[in-house]
Amino acid sequence: MQSIGRPTQPHAVEIKPDTLTGARGLLQDELLIFEHGGWDKTGVDLPQAELDASDLGDLVRTDVIGLPGLSEPEALRHYVRLSQKNHAIDLALYPLGSCTMKHNPRLNEKMARLPGFADIHPLQPQSTVQGAIALMDQLAHWLKTLTGMPAVALSPKAGAHGELCGLLAIRAAHEARGDARKRVLVPTSAHGTNPATAAFVGYVVEEIAQTADGRVDLGDLAAKLGPDVAAIMVTNPNTCGLFEREVVEIAKLTHAAGAYFYCDGANFNAIVGRVRPADLGVDAMHINLHKTFSTPHGGGGPGAGPVVLSHALAPFAPAPWIIHHEDGLSLDEDPVGACGRMSAFHGQMGMYVRALSYMLSHGADGLRQVAEDAVLNANYIKARLSDLMTPAFDGPCMHEALFDDSWLDGTGVTTLDFAKAMIDEGFHPMTMYFPLVVHGAMLIEPTETESRDELDRFCEALRLLAQAAKEGDVERFKGAPFHAPLRRLDETLAARRPRLKWTPADEAAAKKPRAAE
Amino acid sequence: MRYLPLTPADRQDMLAVIGAGSVDDLFVDVPASARRTGLVDLPLHAGELEVERELGALAARNRAAGQGPFFCGAGAYRHHVPASVDHIIQRSEFLTSYTPYQPEIAQGTLQYLYEFQTQVAALTGMEVANASMYDGSTGAAEAVMMATRVTRRKKAVLSGGLHPHYSSTIRTSTHVAGVDLIEQPAALDAEADVIGAIDADTACVVVQTPNVFGEATDVTKIAEAAQAAGALLIVVVTETVSLGLLKSPGSMGADIVVCEGQSIGNGLNFGGPYVGLFATREKYVRQMPGRLCGETVDADGRRGFVLTLSTREQHIRRDKATSNICTNSGLCALAFTIHMSLLGQTGLRQLAAINHAKARKLAQALGKAPGVEILTKRYFNEFAVRLPAPAAAVVETLVARGVIAGVPYSRLAPKAGMYDVLLVAATETVTSADIETFASELNGVLA
Repeated sequence: MQSIGRPTQPHAVEIKPDTLTGARGLLQDELLIFEHGGWDKTGVDLPQAELDASDLGDLVRTDVIGLPGLSEPEALRHYVRLSQKNHAIDLALYPLGSCTMKHNPRLNEKMARLPGFADIHPLQPQSTVQGAIALMDQLAHWLKTLTGMPAVALSPKAGAHGELCGLLAIRAAHEARGDARKRVLVPTSAHGTNPATAAFVGYVVEEIAQTADGRVDLGDLAAKLGPDVAAIMVTNPNTCGLFEREVVEIAKLTHAAGAYFYCDGANFNAIVGRVRPADLGVDAMHINLHKTFSTPHGGGGPGAGPVVLSHALAPFAPAPWIIHHEDGLSLDEDPVGACGRMSAFHGQMGMYVRALSYMLSHGADGLRQVAEDAVLNANYIKARLSDLMTPAFDGPCMHEALFDDSWLDGTGVTTLDFAKAMIDEGFHPMTMYFPLVVHGAMLIEPTETESRDELDRFCEALRLLAQAAKEGDVERFKGAPFHAPLRRLDETLAARRPRLKWTPADEAAAKKPRAAE
Repeated sequence: MRYLPLTPADRQDMLAVIGAGSVDDLFVDVPASARRTGLVDLPLHAGELEVERELGALAARNRAAGQGPFFCGAGAYRHHVPASVDHIIQRSEFLTSYTPYQPEIAQGTLQYLYEFQTQVAALTGMEVANASMYDGSTGAAEAVMMATRVTRRKKAVLSGGLHPHYSSTIRTSTHVAGVDLIEQPAALDAEADVIGAIDADTACVVVQTPNVFGEATDVTKIAEAAQAAGALLIVVVTETVSLGLLKSPGSMGADIVVCEGQSIGNGLNFGGPYVGLFATREKYVRQMPGRLCGETVDADGRRGFVLTLSTREQHIRRDKATSNICTNSGLCALAFTIHMSLLGQTGLRQLAAINHAKARKLAQALGKAPGVEILTKRYFNEFAVRLPAPAAAVVETLVARGVIAGVPYSRLAPKAGMYDVLLVAATETVTSADIETFASELNGVLA
């Protein structure tokens, strides 16, 4: 190549000017679909249909709907440009505690798209979907075996929906005995969905205190249990990333009071294949297929939250029930005694296929290894950071490492600042300020699908940041992120003056050239 | 194991860093009685090929809709989804991200949610929409709960044309909250009957259009009657494509609109995952369930998007939240918004017109069969027919003749007694040959 006269080495400049258009290299400043001007355009070629709506009379829509269209190339560009503004598991470690952001195997996606699963209707004759019902039955078998529980309701659509299902079954079981109860006990460290669900089901929520070592306070639990307590809702391993050592005693106390033990199974990944919830005295537990069983989080769903149930609660499971016959399987869509129906149809079939694909891939041996590696990875992170950051509790953790913010005292840097600086270093922040019982909480869940190299890269980044915070490099944190697609966003403004949809007035502002400002 | 990166040597090194002798030391807090030393009684790990074989065999035992003439609807519709939709939703940055808790590195998700909310508002004719619910039926239950908060009343009237699974879902989650449900008997075209049930304690009436029998209704008078009594009108739409042809619920005075959005961008999937659309009036926004995405600016004044008004939600408000929902239907909402962006209003209207034309053609063909009566008067792409024999038996017989004929109403409501009513739908995926085959096989069965 002719290089005379051309600079062959990039030269560093001190000042990085803003670009003239707002774009930054590969990162495009992408307009909204409503600002591309395609009000008459469509990206779908459909046959011409003679619209004869004479039978519909005045029901016919005549207004301008307000939906722009994009040609296929424009649509691809739009969404691919947007995609480049997202962090994702496939880009780097995503240590969002309590969310189990593990690798999403692509085999699962391929299986879920087989026409025999993806292109079947929930209400076509059951004789034509025997494979689908068999798949549900097989998934149920795996979930029951892994938890040691005798029954499972597959249909709940996410974890919180599973909680609703479990509490509905508990309420129905109490009512069937003519023993309506009023209260549900929830530890202070619980996920917000627990109290929200209990309140939704009509119970008064009361908090159980926590001990200094991050577990349920048995004395407080015993004091608050009584004949009007319907259930306790305890997460185990709990949201501090710790196993409830006294869980068997918790179950005994609960049962002695005539209440049920609802276990929030969000953290099942830590114990799958090693501990069966049935052996802990659990009566009901939801399992997030999008956590432990690798179905993709998809930017916030869809999930699936099957609920395993004890013998006492199984008769109240919601529709549908899988029934075994000599010549096949059927779904009873209106079973007698059920606590009702969680949703139309049969639940999240697409997620069932993915979860079973994952289970079959791992097998009994692989799933046990999943729990061990998840716990090992979390303890490794904890060990590597404990000299610089302050672990919230002593002793081994389960699948997530929890730190408080006392190590930031006097630095002027908060948990939020630290998290935002992690973004600049290429990592998604950990869960912050949760659980509420730990000051400035930083909850790190690496999952088992991180390599030793990635864990080391992550730990090294956090160590550098921690040292920078302690050395007074406050600006690095206060202004962060500097290198993300956007700087820190004004959430107060968004809430004070909610703008929840685009309006034509927004277009002119968006298209104003940046250089002219 | 292909999804586990750690090697045995890694594990040993890491245990040494931790200061643990073995991985068992990390599980020391588990009570001895619950520590399992052996493997659970399930098969061992398997390679991709083996898993594909096993699941492929199960899939092969199902009759996919695309294998022949297919006419099921009743809340789930088979539409053609452009290839680019599935390609885009499988991009890692969409598929393997989570709820946009860190907006600086989730603008992709947040912007499409903002676009989704705008599209849903336009489609339903409402002022605001949220970032999705699990599906239409759970959205309907949330709408009833929201109406009780807005009106501080506890009574809800459900129309007899509401999909029975929706009624059942609403009943399941609202009776524990002390909601007094007035469920009207199943009826083909009796939406206006809800007016007579409205009183001073009514929080809302729930009306579906087109209803479960396919009948489309102008709900303007119902809205007026409800609002005159201080109640809200909740309109349920289970076939969202219909909004390309039929008046929007907002234009007829709805206060809350709940749709099943599956028809746009999402496959049948045996009933899930689907996506619930939820829209309402601006003045009720603080009583809405679910996530909301809002526009704001960043520290440099650039436009950006965040989750907002989260003081309504469970992670902040706990037992005082408007709903317990957390994970919703993000990726299905993405599929919806991509498909809708490809269609645009031009394509949506065209698609709706084709669906309507197919259904009319189907009605003409079926109406000629002996003893068959078309029951629905004003329909979109689905209608009810009365057969001279039990519908479930006819459907089963037609399976053997290669036709999936539709949904017997008795399957949805076994106790309603309408054993001879069959619900049939025709979308753009149905061909003229499909319709001819259905009609001739039905003739054969009924002759």
